[in-house]
Amino acid sequence: MEKGSGCCFSAMTSNATILVLVTIITVISTRVLYIMYQSGKPLHNTAPQSVSTLIVLGSGGHTAEMLNLLSMLQKDRFTPRFYIAAATDNMSLQKAHSMEKSLVDMTGDEALESAQFMQIYRSREVGQSYVTSVGTTIIAIAHALWIMIKIRPQVILCNGPGTCLPLCVIAFLFKVVGIRWSSTFYVESIARVRRLSLSGLLLYKLRMADQFFVQWPQLQKKYPRAHYVGCLM
Amino acid sequence: MGDSDDGIKSERTVFVTVGTTCFDALVKAVDTQEFKKELSARGYTHLLIQMGRGSYCPKKSTGEDGSLVVDYFTFSSSIADNLRSASLVISHAGSGSIFETLRLRKPLIVVVNEDLMDNHQSELAEELAERKHLFCAHPQTLFQTVASMNLESLLPYHPGDAAPVAKLINRFLGFPDD
Repeated sequence: MEKGSGCCFSAMTSNATILVLVTIITVISTRVLYIMYQSGKPLHNTAPQSVSTLIVLGSGGHTAEMLNLLSMLQKDRFTPRFYIAAATDNMSLQKAHSMEKSLVDMTGDEALESAQFMQIYRSREVGQSYVTSVGTTIIAIAHALWIMIKIRPQVILCNGPGTCLPLCVIAFLFKVVGIRWSSTFYVESIARVRRLSLSGLLLYKLRMADQFFVQWPQLQKKYPRAHYVGCLM
Repeated sequence: MGDSDDGIKSERTVFVTVGTTCFDALVKAVDTQEFKKELSARGYTHLLIQMGRGSYCPKKSTGEDGSLVVDYFTFSSSIADNLRSASLVISHAGSGSIFETLRLRKPLIVVVNEDLMDNHQSELAEELAERKHLFCAHPQTLFQTVASMNLESLLPYHPGDAAPVAKLINRFLGFPDD
């Protein structure tokens, strides 16, 4: 008879384990789905004074487009500003730095000197083997996590370079865990007329951006949840 | 009449730019005798090539024999001055080069680099060509494009505006409208 009750007991504990696992997975899935569908809803009823802003720069036209967008945003609302670019991208931070410096020079306002500039490891360099890319991606994600914990921005502005993906994913995970609610704004590059970039596609499908902007009407037709805002350049 | 006292023809420069990329196919295509003759026939006097990271070096020429004056360089911190003094711009399909040139209202031929994987750049060039803001070509079709182009058919590009995005972002965050 002991064998029988032993079997019953181990069956009960394995049932209990399964039940606990299913419950945990259900809770996490529900939370993730809730966050995904909550994105896109404005946060505040009253306007904040200013919002700390993380600005993701990228090689090619990305930085030029981002600085162009920034020129239309009021600097006293989007401050302090944190600029981030890939470690191998030399020009972008320089351009951002010049822009910030010219702001200080123009207005003589010392408060504008609060901008910070930092670099992040790239998940994968152009042409890098996929085997080593696994390792470098893990390093990039860890680095992104460290940066996000330090800054915890209220606003994230990005327009497509791969560098933005680990940061946006971590911002999303922060929301799931309830640490900090940052609003992510994604503007697809002007060079994307008929197809989204990989970053854009992921952020759109997984609803990780709060607002997703496209610059050409063809994309708005294909991706109806995107806001068509015309060409920025 | 055309000639001034000291007999100097007014300069009409064709500026070729590949940005920070390597685009040997384009540099080779503009460095042929056939192409340079066509440019001369169309009244251009100078050909200036910004060759970036390419490995093919074009032949310089002082144009003493009445042919095209050809010169080249690899990079410069800003090509704005080169663009400003050009009569025709032939550029790779990078969005930065394209919009910088269009803002200056210069006639532009965009040449798409077929060696690039996942060539999303061609989408922008093709769309703007459809809207008649520039001509679009490949290195092999560049000669035909120059031979048959009608610059009068190009429409000016009106620069875009980031204000609509800024407005939406501000509204989302709860900032009052300006």
